[in-house]
Amino acid sequence: MKAVCWQGIGEIGVETVPDPQILNPRDAIIKVSSTAICGSDLHLYGGYVPTMYRGDILGHEFMGEVVEVGPGVTNLSVGDRVVVPFPISCGNCYFCEKELFSLCENSNPNAHLAEKFWGHSPAGIFGYSHITGGYAGGQAEYVRVPFADVGPMKVPESLEDEKVLFLTDVLPTGYMAAEACDIQPGDTIAVWGCGPVGLFSIQSAKLLGASFVIAIDRFPERLAKAKQAGADVTLNYEDVSVLSTLKDLTGGRGPDACIDAVGLEAHMHGATHIYDRVKQAMRMESDRPGALREAIVACRNGGTVSVPGVYGGLIDKLPFGAIVNKALTIKSGQTHVHRYMRPLLERIENGEIDPSFIITHRIRLDEAALGYEVFRNKEEECVKVVMKPGVEKPTGAHVH
Amino acid sequence: MSTESFDTPTSARSTSETAQYASPYSSYSEWSQEEMEMEARREFPLEPRQLSNFLGWFSIGLGLAEILAPRALGRAIGVGDHPAIMRALGVREITSGLGLLSQRATGAWAWSRVGGDAMDLALLGAAARNPDANPQRIAMAATAVLGVAALDVYASRELSGRELPATDEVVSQSLAINSTPQALYAFWRNVENLPRFMAHLESVTATGDRTSHWIAKAPAGMSVEWDAEIVRDDANEGLAWQTVEGSEIQHQGTVRFEPARSGRGTIVRVEMRYVPPAGKVGVQLARILGEEPKVQIKDDLRRLKQLIETGEVATTLGQPTGRRSLIGRTTLGRRMQ
Repeated sequence: MKAVCWQGIGEIGVETVPDPQILNPRDAIIKVSSTAICGSDLHLYGGYVPTMYRGDILGHEFMGEVVEVGPGVTNLSVGDRVVVPFPISCGNCYFCEKELFSLCENSNPNAHLAEKFWGHSPAGIFGYSHITGGYAGGQAEYVRVPFADVGPMKVPESLEDEKVLFLTDVLPTGYMAAEACDIQPGDTIAVWGCGPVGLFSIQSAKLLGASFVIAIDRFPERLAKAKQAGADVTLNYEDVSVLSTLKDLTGGRGPDACIDAVGLEAHMHGATHIYDRVKQAMRMESDRPGALREAIVACRNGGTVSVPGVYGGLIDKLPFGAIVNKALTIKSGQTHVHRYMRPLLERIENGEIDPSFIITHRIRLDEAALGYEVFRNKEEECVKVVMKPGVEKPTGAHVH
Repeated sequence: MSTESFDTPTSARSTSETAQYASPYSSYSEWSQEEMEMEARREFPLEPRQLSNFLGWFSIGLGLAEILAPRALGRAIGVGDHPAIMRALGVREITSGLGLLSQRATGAWAWSRVGGDAMDLALLGAAARNPDANPQRIAMAATAVLGVAALDVYASRELSGRELPATDEVVSQSLAINSTPQALYAFWRNVENLPRFMAHLESVTATGDRTSHWIAKAPAGMSVEWDAEIVRDDANEGLAWQTVEGSEIQHQGTVRFEPARSGRGTIVRVEMRYVPPAGKVGVQLARILGEEPKVQIKDDLRRLKQLIETGEVATTLGQPTGRRSLIGRTTLGRRMQ
């Protein structure tokens, strides 16, 4: 089969590899119909996540058709059309029982490695470095899905791929980030980053009753999409001072909750950005926390900073004094996707959400290298790239 | 607290972070510290640590002389002026010395000294053919190198066999498992289940109600075998086993199944100890157990947890990949997948 492989920092290639096999009783094999490039894949692409090896198959946002099931999978049949959550969860351990699926204790074969970095291991993740298990990902024609009796969710034929594909990651991730803000009537929410996760955070914050949502980015096309997602105000941080504008918009108090949907490769201005670039390049800090710092400083007293953005290691100059003295609550985590898929599918079915508005690019699987490059460089107003293995000329309702 | 009955004086030599939970099953006193030290002294004129320290400091001393006074040293041993080569040799000596002093993989570092000795002899042989060489001095130097080489070979063999794992170490680990003590006890009591999660075991065959035959796999298709016997059997609470008298190796293990607080499953606590004998079997056993027996037992417990909770062991071995680089091919395997 064809699969998108990591071939080194900044190098992506489509290789012919063996088809996946059932390795454990609870496995299933999925024939991939649609798969997306995630913003967090760009961190792998850029070499910011350790333990990547040449030949690793990428991709953790994918859906398709069940073509084979192991003897332990009784709730799926060959031919079922499913979406697959990006964390791999056993459904039996302490954390799965508490519905904290991204913290599954049993799905990471390299748990010892994660324990060295982080003290404890999270769940295994498809196509996301060896520290989270080294699982072959879904940017391929076929993919093996472990614990297939727990993760994959059947989706109705009436909904096209593009409406349900993002249930695998970015939609639940944005939703969980907004849910973590414990939104009360009258609340103002500020969102840093208007990529897919930021856009779904904005949309979810409105769904959960936020009175006023402020979106922050520097790309006009992304700010336009933020408006489409429901943002009341958009700020281009190239034009305005974010901190003073946020104060101004909230009568000096600051947003009730701040969402960092940027993560470890934040782009900022001025001396601190150069400082972080240099330290990151010299491997003295692994992550550049520009957006996170600003969100912490901007947040109102007693407010919540919600962090769906990915951080992998160590950050520098984090204003912890602001967290303590303003009594902030910090919420983060890899998304417990399994928990949100069904309720969000219902919202899609009844028309409350149409996640397909974020898609700007539809390409073939063998065009992956170009897709990664365009997405990383934010060329062609790229917000989301969807690949369709087996489709000659992928097009859809929202052709850019 | 239900664990009270388990509180017994802890072995001061245990490597466990949870040493206060020392097992009552431990009959480790059978091999007292004194006995083991006597055993060690019988074989070594020097303790292993003393041996590696001596060679380490010797290497560093020689290396410093080679780096700081290459010309004087060259004249002293009759090879003439070759400061660049002499300094390079000094770097090599210091590297070996620091390696030996680090007390990690001392066997390998001692072998690096043997390699260095061979190199020195070859260089002395080459130097002897130079017109500016002093044959008598070179012969004396070669004799000295041969003497040191003999000690290096001896040390390498002894340290290689001895370095892993330390003979007097009790390794303990624990892990919370989402199951009942009854189920875990039943699984473990059927000793033939052990190779399903203990990576170093090839098979365990029950030979009687309390006795069993164990085969552990070593690299290159070799194996080590022994017979073990359950010496304590507390239904649904714990087990202790040890090798029968006359076995090639000495191995003891205990496991306890302790109900976790508030019904959060069971904490499985394992203590194990392998005493490799001198010689070939001991070296093989050390290879089987690897450099970090504690980590290996933790991984074993993780596999037990996966088996009990999910019915399978999480793996990616056998999945497709793109072309690997040499680094990937050598790094990725069973341990890091």
